[in-house]
This record gives sequence, structure tokens and C-alpha cells, in this order.
Amino acid sequence: MFLADYIKSVYNGVTSLLKGMRMTGYYFVHPKEIITQQYPEVKQVLPERFRGEVVMTHNENNEHRCTGCTACELACPNATIKVVTRFDITPDGKKKKALETFVYHLELCTLCNLCIAACPTDAIRMAQTFEHSVYDRKLLTKRLDKPGSKLMEGVE
Amino acid sequence: MLSLENLTHTIDQALNRSFGPTTVLLVEMAMLSLFAIALFAVLGLVLVFMERKVSAYMQIRLGPNRVGYKGLAQTAADTLKLVIKEGLTPDSADKFLFNLAPFVVMIVAMLLLAPIAFAKGCQMWDMNIGVLYITAVSSVSVIGILMAGWASNNKYSLIGAMRSGAQIVSYELSAGLSIISMIVLTGSLQLSTIITSQQDGWWIFKGHIPAVISFVIFMIAVTAETNRAPFDMAEAESELTAGFHTEYSGMRFAFFFLAEYVNIFVVCAIAATIYFGGWMPFHIGHWEAFNHIMDFIPSVVWFTGKTFALIFLIMWFRWTFPRLRVDQLLNLEWKYLLPIGMFNLLLTTAIAILGWYF
Repeated sequence: MFLADYIKSVYNGVTSLLKGMRMTGYYFVHPKEIITQQYPEVKQVLPERFRGEVVMTHNENNEHRCTGCTACELACPNATIKVVTRFDITPDGKKKKALETFVYHLELCTLCNLCIAACPTDAIRMAQTFEHSVYDRKLLTKRLDKPGSKLMEGVE
Repeated sequence: MLSLENLTHTIDQALNRSFGPTTVLLVEMAMLSLFAIALFAVLGLVLVFMERKVSAYMQIRLGPNRVGYKGLAQTAADTLKLVIKEGLTPDSADKFLFNLAPFVVMIVAMLLLAPIAFAKGCQMWDMNIGVLYITAVSSVSVIGILMAGWASNNKYSLIGAMRSGAQIVSYELSAGLSIISMIVLTGSLQLSTIITSQQDGWWIFKGHIPAVISFVIFMIAVTAETNRAPFDMAEAESELTAGFHTEYSGMRFAFFFLAEYVNIFVVCAIAATIYFGGWMPFHIGHWEAFNHIMDFIPSVVWFTGKTFALIFLIMWFRWTFPRLRVDQLLNLEWKYLLPIGMFNLLLTTAIAILGWYF
């Protein structure tokens, strides 16, 4: 029947449009639903496993856990990490590898997490910082060990 | 009681005391044109801000909230930017028509302000064919749009303008028919008479079913006439970049933008006048006490309140409904709105003759 179909199509059209208007109307009167985050003032709490950049953990005595084994340097797929080592003479006359500087190129890093997985002593970890933009790319080459820091006791 | 009517009367009398009648007329006309321009600027700022906020809240966003208190100065800053920008005229454009088009659209929008009653006794020109004047003048804006599209010498602009022409010409029919069905009930084309006829209740209540149908048709038709989404075939960002104003920049683009928003205000004011009694407070039949309480709210508040409620409705449409294709657009008009409108006119006439309205 033509007329019944016609009226039915008008009815279906109007009801579906009203359904849509109910949805947007609901959002309009419920500002709590707003998902916009006002970035610079309110910063998002990032998930625990978010990978921002590689950092080296230091304790309060300015001691790190890096033995200078260069496992991270070997694990890195694109030469982001450069570990410079020196040889210390231990009291009993043996030579021992130690960390001189830990150079990290953030501009090359893909944040793949392989260096952290390779580290046998948990010396490095991923930080949650993400505001890395700078005007000079030289600023992205970082030294991760703090000046004057030394190896933590008991880390082999 | 302080009212706009008293204010205008006082100004008129003060002028008449000091000047001759011709000077008074000229001064009052100058004041009115100044008022129209000021209203344009204010409406542009307010409606653009309102649109952005409404759209933001409907899309679970925040909208502008940085410039000024809660972002209130955002539109002023945008206007300043548009004023400073260079108004480019394309090399191969028809320079005269290209520069004329935004002004034609603006002037049409300004002319439409003439018969609108903003408050009790606050009307620029209360002519006896007010409704006819509005429907006649509002269709002139299509000439401005066609002019812009043709003179730009750009395919997008031309397609947008032709679409807009097809759209405005077809939707004017249903808008006209739905107005006529209300004219049948009011029995007058004069806006002041239409408003006073709603002293014992607005037409949307007094005219019950046919009035509601005609109101719905009118709102759909004017949304199409003002080239707004879901009927924004003339602009169609996704297909035609910006339609008829693709080539316009700077303040001339702002004129089109402003004219669009003023047109929305005007059509909503007309809808408020015809269906919701314009400045007439909410009256129920002969409940004298209730009506008297309602009279305490100033008439200008009633008018702006109703108009902005309807503007909000049109914005609600825009940010909810999906856009139509051109063929769907014309289908909706010729296969649905127009037959329903004609049937509704018949129904309204029968109701008017039989006296089945309140």
C-alpha cells in the first residue's frame, strides 16, 4: 500500500532524527561528559607502561646501578646509546670495567624498550615525560649519568 | 513602567520639539540604520560564539575558552583578524559583481530587519503586508549568492551557487505554504496584527495539530533557506571547499558569514512572531491573574528569549543530523514537505472555516 509506506517512512525518519537529537541534547545538558583535556594546565595521567624516554635511575646518594657492560648499546637497533667505559683498578689489583659517560641520543631513539630489557642490573628505565620538543637538535643528545655519580655498592 | 516603547516615544517627542518633521524623519532613519548596523555586529559576535559553544558541548568538547572571560572575546578576536586580512580579488573574476555580491547579501539581511517587532511598539516599519514583504525580500538573497558564485570564475563556487539556487527556490515554497496556513488563521499579513491576535494564547497552541505541522515544516524549510547543515549544499565543505564563497577572503568573507547568521536570527524571529507570539507574553485564554503576572516580564525579553530558543533549535539540528545529498534534498522538499504542506493548508483552512481552533 503506497500511502501506508509513505506515512511509515515519514514516521521512521522523524523518530530516528529525534533519537539523534536526544543524544546530542543529553550531551549538551551534561557537561560532565566532556572528554577534552586542557593540556598545559591539566596534564593527563599517563599509563604506567608509557615510554617517553630512557633515563638512568639514581638513588639519593647519587649512585647508579650501571656497570658499563654495554649490553644496552649492543641491544639498540639504531645506535641510540653510546656507553663510554673506563677501567678502574680494584684494591686487590684487578682491572674492572666502570661507567665513564652514558650518552643517549633521543633524536634517534624509537622507544622500543630493547635496551631496558637487555640491562642485567636494571640501571635504566623508561620515563613518562613526553614534552621533548626543542629548537636545537643538539639538546636531544643527553648524558644520562649524573655528574659525580658512582656505582652502587653490591651491583655486579 | 520602563519600556522600549516609552523610550522611543520620548526620543521622538524630544526630536519633534526641536526640529521640523523632515529633519526628524532623517535623524530617526539615521538612528535606525545605526541600530541595524550595531545589531548586525552584536548578532554576528553573539551567534558565532553561541554556535561554537553549542557545537562544542554537543560534541563533548569545551569550545573556545581562552580569549577573554570563558572565551567570550574569541569572536571579537576572530573579527579583528578578518578585518586585518587582505581581501583578495581573483585575476579572472568579474571584479564588479565579485565585490558587489557580499553587499547584496548583507543588504537583503538588513532589509529583513525592517518589519520585525523587537518589543511592544518597537518596530521599524509596520507595513500591512509584512509577511509578504519578508518572503519576497528573503528570496532576493539567492541573487547575491548566484552573483558571488558566477563572478568568482571558479567551478566550486559556480556549483555551490547553482545548488543554492535550486535549494532556496524549492524550499521557499514550503516555507511560504506553512506561513500561509498560519495567515489563514490570523487573517492578516501585518505583523503587529498577527502578534495582537495571540493575546489569548500563541498560535502554536491555539492552532494545535496543523500549527505544529506547519511549524515543523517551516523550521525545516528555513534551515534549508539559510544554507545551514544538514542542508548546506551551497557550502558543502567536504565536496566544494566552501561553495559560493570559496574565493572570498578577509572582510568580504565575513560579510557572507555575518549575513548567514543574521538570516538565521531573522527567520527565527519570524517563526517566533508567527507561532509563538513575538513579544507577546505567555497568555492562557482568559486567566486574567496568570496573564497579568506574565506581563511583568518585559516584552523584549520574551521576544529575544523565543528567538534564541529557536536559534538553539536550528543549531541543534546542525550538530545532530547527517548532511543530505542533493537528490535527497530535493526529494525531501518535493515528495515530502510540499505535499504535507499543501495537505496541511487544506486542513488549516477547514479548521479556520469550521472554527475548530481556540
